[in-house]
Amino acid sequence: MAFFLETLLGGLMAGMLYSLVALGFVLIYKASGVFNFAQGAMVLFAALAMARFSEWIPLYTGLDNLFVANLLAFIGAGAVMFVVAWLIERLALRHLVNQEGTTLLMATLGISYFLDGMGQTIFGSDIYKIDIGMPKEPIFAFENVFEGGIMINKEDLYAALIAALLVGLLTLFFQKTVTGRALRAVADDHQAAQSVGIPLNRIWFIVWCVAGVVALVAGMIWGSKLGVQFSLTTVALRALPVVILGGLTSVPGAIVGGLIIGVGEKLSEVFLGPYVGGGIEIWFAYVLALLFLLVRPQGLFGEKIIDRV
Amino acid sequence: MFYRENGQFKTTYRADQQIFAITQDRVAVLLLIAAAFLVVPMVTSEYMFRAILIPFVIMSLAALGVNILVGYCGQISLGSGAFMAVGAYAAFNFFVRVDGMPVLLALLLGGICASAFGILFGLPSLRVKGLYLAVATLAAQFFSDWMFLRINWFTNNSTSGSVSVSNLQVLGYPIASPISKYLFCLTILVVLALLAKNLVRSAIGREWMAIRDMDVAAAVIGIRPMYAKLSAFAVSSFIIGVAGALWGFVHLGSWEPAAFSVDLSFKLLFMVIIGGMGSIMGSFFGAGFIVVLPIFLNRFLPFLGSLLGVEISTTAIAHSELIIFGTLIVWFLIAEPHGLAKLWSIGKQKLRLWPFPH
Repeated sequence: MAFFLETLLGGLMAGMLYSLVALGFVLIYKASGVFNFAQGAMVLFAALAMARFSEWIPLYTGLDNLFVANLLAFIGAGAVMFVVAWLIERLALRHLVNQEGTTLLMATLGISYFLDGMGQTIFGSDIYKIDIGMPKEPIFAFENVFEGGIMINKEDLYAALIAALLVGLLTLFFQKTVTGRALRAVADDHQAAQSVGIPLNRIWFIVWCVAGVVALVAGMIWGSKLGVQFSLTTVALRALPVVILGGLTSVPGAIVGGLIIGVGEKLSEVFLGPYVGGGIEIWFAYVLALLFLLVRPQGLFGEKIIDRV
Repeated sequence: MFYRENGQFKTTYRADQQIFAITQDRVAVLLLIAAAFLVVPMVTSEYMFRAILIPFVIMSLAALGVNILVGYCGQISLGSGAFMAVGAYAAFNFFVRVDGMPVLLALLLGGICASAFGILFGLPSLRVKGLYLAVATLAAQFFSDWMFLRINWFTNNSTSGSVSVSNLQVLGYPIASPISKYLFCLTILVVLALLAKNLVRSAIGREWMAIRDMDVAAAVIGIRPMYAKLSAFAVSSFIIGVAGALWGFVHLGSWEPAAFSVDLSFKLLFMVIIGGMGSIMGSFFGAGFIVVLPIFLNRFLPFLGSLLGVEISTTAIAHSELIIFGTLIVWFLIAEPHGLAKLWSIGKQKLRLWPFPH
C-alpha cells in the first residue's frame, strides 16, 4: 500500500511538471489557433539561457550570492524569451495569418529547428546544470501510518509547488487583468475581438511572451532535475498526450490531464512494465490519451466540436 | 508555343481517360523515365548514388505514400516513420525466417504488414480529426519505437534491435552495386507512382478528396467515411511500408529502430507540405528538397567558411544546418504555402500561353 501511494505521489508530481509544459501549448493554441510544436525547443532555449546566464553573471560581476545570481539570470533569460517571442510573431506568424492549421503546425516545426540550432550556437551544446538551490534529500511522510513511511522527493515537491503557483498566477492574470480579458476575447473570436479594438498583433506577442515565460519556468525546473541538454526537447513530446487528453483549449484541462498522465505513466511503468519488458512510459501515455479521445474526441475539457456543412 | 493542347482531338474514351491526356505531358514523362533509367546511371558517380540518388528515390516513394494520406485524404499523420519501420522489420522477418524468400515478395509482404498496422492506428481517425489526430498518430510512432527495441522476436533476438540483411538478389541478379540498387528502387518507384497517379483519379481517389474537403458533406452524399479513411490509411501505409523496407534493405543494409524515429516522420511531413499537398509530382519535389538540402549545406558551409578564412567546426556546421533548415522551411511556408507543386503548375500555365501575354 505504501509503495502504491509512493508511486501515486511521484506520478502526481511528475504530472504537475508535464502540465507546466502542456500549459505553454494550450496558451498559444487558445489565443492564436497555432499548435506550437516549438514549445519543446523554447523550453530548451530558455533553460540554456538560464543556465549560462547563472554561470556567466557570477563570473563577470564577482557576485557570489546564489539567489541574486539566479534571479538576475532568470530576468535575463526572460528578456531573451521576450525577444524570441517578438521575433517569432513579427517574422513568421504575422505572415501566416489565415493559413490552414497544418501550415501553421509546420511553421512552428521550422521554428523549433531554428531555435534548437540557434540556442546551441549561442549558448553551447554541452550539458549544463541549473542550481537553484533545491534541496535534494528526500523526506519521509506518514511514518506512523505505514512502516518506513512514504518517501517523497523534496525536489519534486518544490517543483510541483512552483508549478502550482505559476498556474495560479496565470489564472489570476487571465481572469482579473484587462490584458487577460483581451486575451480571452481573442481566443473566443478573432474578428469580434478585433472589431472592438483589440490589437491582434500585440495580443499574439503577449501570448508568445507568456508562453516563453512558462517555457522558462518549465526549463528551469526540468533543467535542474535532468540537467540542461538537448534531450530536454523531448519533454514537449511527453507533454503532448497531456494536451490532447485535457483538451487543446482548456487551462484546467492541461492541469488535470497532466496529473492523469503522470499517474498513469508511473503506475503503468511500475505495475505493468515488468511484464512487457519495461520502458512503456512514453507510448502508454499516448495510448491512454487515445482511449480518452475515442470517448470524448475534444478532450476532457475541450470545447465541443460542432461540425457544420 | 510548344505546350499547347489545341488540335489534340480525342476520338475514343480510352484516349480521353489515359493518365497523361496531353501529348506533351506524356512525351515529357516518358523522356524523364527513360533519362532516369538510361542516362543517369551513365553520368553519375558512385558517391552521388549513395548519398543523393538512392535516398531521393526511396524518400520520394515514402513521401508519395504520406501524400496520399495527408494530401489526398486530409488525415494528418505524424506516424509515417512507424509505418516505415513496420515495413522494414516485417520484410526483414519474412526474408530471414522463410527460406528462399524472394526479396520482392518480402518487400510486398512488408508493405502489407505496414498496411495492417496503418489500418489499426488509423481507427482513431473515425472519431478524432485534425490536430488531435496528428497527436494520436504519434502513438503509433512511439509504440513502434518501443516494440522493435524491446520485443526481441521482431529483431530475430538481436539485443539492441539492430538487424542487417545481405545477399540481396532479384530474379537472379544481385543487388549489390550502387547502380543496381538505384535501378531496383527506381523501378519500384515508377510502378507504384503510376499506380498511385491512377488511383487518385479513380472513384476511390475522389472519395478521399471529398472526405478531405468536408467529411460531413461527403458522408451526406453517400461516401462511407470509414471505408474511405481506412482505405487511404491502408494504401498510404502500404507504400510507406515498401519504402521503409527499401530504406532498410537497400539503402542502409543494417539498421536499428532509431533509423525510423519521430524525426523521420516530421521530415516526411515536411516533404509533403513543401512539395505540395495533394500532388503526386509534389512528393518528388519535396523529397528532393529535403534530401538534397542538408547535403548541400554540409558541403557548402565549410566552403563558405574557407572563403571567409574561418574554420567552422563540425558542431557549428550541424547547428547552422538546423538554423538554415528551419529558416528555409518558415520562409517557404510564407512565400508559397501550397508548395513547389503550385509553382510547377503556375509554370505550366504560363508555358501554355507563352510567348503571348494572354
